[in-house]
Amino acid sequence: MREEKLIFEMGTKGRTAYSLPDLDVPRKGVENLIASEYLRETAPALPEVSEPEVVRHFTRLSQKNHGVDSGFYPLGSCTMKYNPKVNEYVSDISGFARVHPYQHEGTVQGCLRLMYEMDKMLSEITGMARVSLQPAAGAHGEMTGLMIIRAYHEHRGQKHRKKIIVPDSAHGTNPASAAMVGFEVVEVKSDEKGNVDIEELKSVAGEDTAGLMLTNPNTLGLFETNITKIADIIHSAGGLLYYDGANANAILGISRPGDMGFDVVHLNLHKTFSAPHGGGGPGAGPVGVKKELVPFLPVPVVELKDESYYLDYDRPLSIGKVKSFYGNFGVIAKAYAYILSMGQEGLKKASQTAVLNANYLMKKLKEYFHLPYDRTCKHEFVISAQRQKEKGVSALDIAKRLLDFGVHPPTIYFPLIVREAMMIEPTETETKEALNEFIEIMREIAEEAETEPEKVKGAPYSTVVGRLDEARAARNLVLRWKKEDK
Amino acid sequence: MNMEKGLKYSKDHEWVRVEGNVAYVGITNYAQLALGDIVFVELPEVGKLLKSGDVLGVVESVKAASDIYTPVSGKVVKVNEGLAGAPEEINRQPYESWIAAIELSDASELENLMDEEQYGRFCVKEG
Repeated sequence: MREEKLIFEMGTKGRTAYSLPDLDVPRKGVENLIASEYLRETAPALPEVSEPEVVRHFTRLSQKNHGVDSGFYPLGSCTMKYNPKVNEYVSDISGFARVHPYQHEGTVQGCLRLMYEMDKMLSEITGMARVSLQPAAGAHGEMTGLMIIRAYHEHRGQKHRKKIIVPDSAHGTNPASAAMVGFEVVEVKSDEKGNVDIEELKSVAGEDTAGLMLTNPNTLGLFETNITKIADIIHSAGGLLYYDGANANAILGISRPGDMGFDVVHLNLHKTFSAPHGGGGPGAGPVGVKKELVPFLPVPVVELKDESYYLDYDRPLSIGKVKSFYGNFGVIAKAYAYILSMGQEGLKKASQTAVLNANYLMKKLKEYFHLPYDRTCKHEFVISAQRQKEKGVSALDIAKRLLDFGVHPPTIYFPLIVREAMMIEPTETETKEALNEFIEIMREIAEEAETEPEKVKGAPYSTVVGRLDEARAARNLVLRWKKEDK
Repeated sequence: MNMEKGLKYSKDHEWVRVEGNVAYVGITNYAQLALGDIVFVELPEVGKLLKSGDVLGVVESVKAASDIYTPVSGKVVKVNEGLAGAPEEINRQPYESWIAAIELSDASELENLMDEEQYGRFCVKEG
């Protein structure tokens, strides 16, 4: 593959990709139409290229991408499952794709019905009373959920509940969201099995606890076996439990956050429910809550009265709006299509297969890599490059080497509690052949790390650019290309 | 594992060098090796009052951002401004690259810290 120039560096002066017909009205200069203070003094530096140049440029760029449509993508915690094409068809139906959010409710009953039913389905899947579809992504869902928790405590005259407890294996977004909403973050350690340390949790839960944020299964891909005990500790301290749905792909139709004792849940429709992920999204992070918290949900929610759907804004305790209009509707439509096409049994099967695939990979890979928590995993697991590190080969080197084999690397250096971590999530959509191929590649890289470590440390070799100096890039940020830089 | 003599060490891998009633705090060689290339350091404000265990600053590497906790209580009297423009100094010379100097409000806290020998054993246990 060759390096691709920026489109600004291509073409030549005066070249265009359009031809306009002659004017059939008298010509009027722009200076006669727009006041001079609003006019720019120099022309914008737009690319001057032909249509085929544009098409080829973007086609070549798209071919440099790696996505679930081009290969294996075991990026732990991200659930890069295949995005069924039927979802695209559904979200593109003109009644969904060509409506305006300000249209009269009577003319968008189909959209409102979809939102209403999505609320019901996600509530059933999570064991919650109601779901808001507004948040645009997972972290946005966290923020919304935490604002609901804060509103709940304040409404009950418990403003002093300022602390959110977060385990040390949590997603970085959890403490970040809590801090953003104005909570103080308290960290609890994991025990040797990778679970929340119950004794430490007891010692930090109390009068000032607003809630606990937890991912279950956790970021090690392990189910918190003490979850009901954890819920009891937090609830008896007067706090609420927040479920980070990043790992919901392990539990669909098997267990529900609501039944585990969680009060607030977010789901990532762009992970668990097969809407496209990455590439800038957009995503969708619906938030579900138990009955006592329903009054605090963002406005509006869709209600049904006399067989017609409407947007209900009359909710005095609501935290307000968290996004313009009603959320990323197209993403919600894709997830709706997925849930209906899978059905109850299908979703359960998807989770079971995701867990089976992860356990299969884990069992095979532990021959070549250190497995710090050797337990039955859920939909993902964490191995360590600790053994390879003795030869100087790090998790980063292995990740880079995987690129040469056409595989997207796993998540590395996360969770933070595992040294040289590689977090692998195959998802249910991979075949056994694809898993075997990955095992073979990993075996080969482990062997290279043993016999020719320098080869792994110099990877990648097959990509447009080789190993980048990440430290220099981060220390010396160059965020903008300028023409004079040429 | 290289350690420096005469320093005190915390379980969170910070080191403390005491000069009079002022403690200079930095992160250990073990910590910088675990973090990898450090690309950003957030320094505390001079004058800030801290209790031991409070967040003194943040170091960010290509792998992760980590809080630095102060192992001693007191007032921040000086910060190492030079690190803001050259965070890689922490990788190069961890024991020269102090992050902040703290006027001790309770010198007895130093007794809870490890010496180089104890810290060396602690690191071995950490793996």
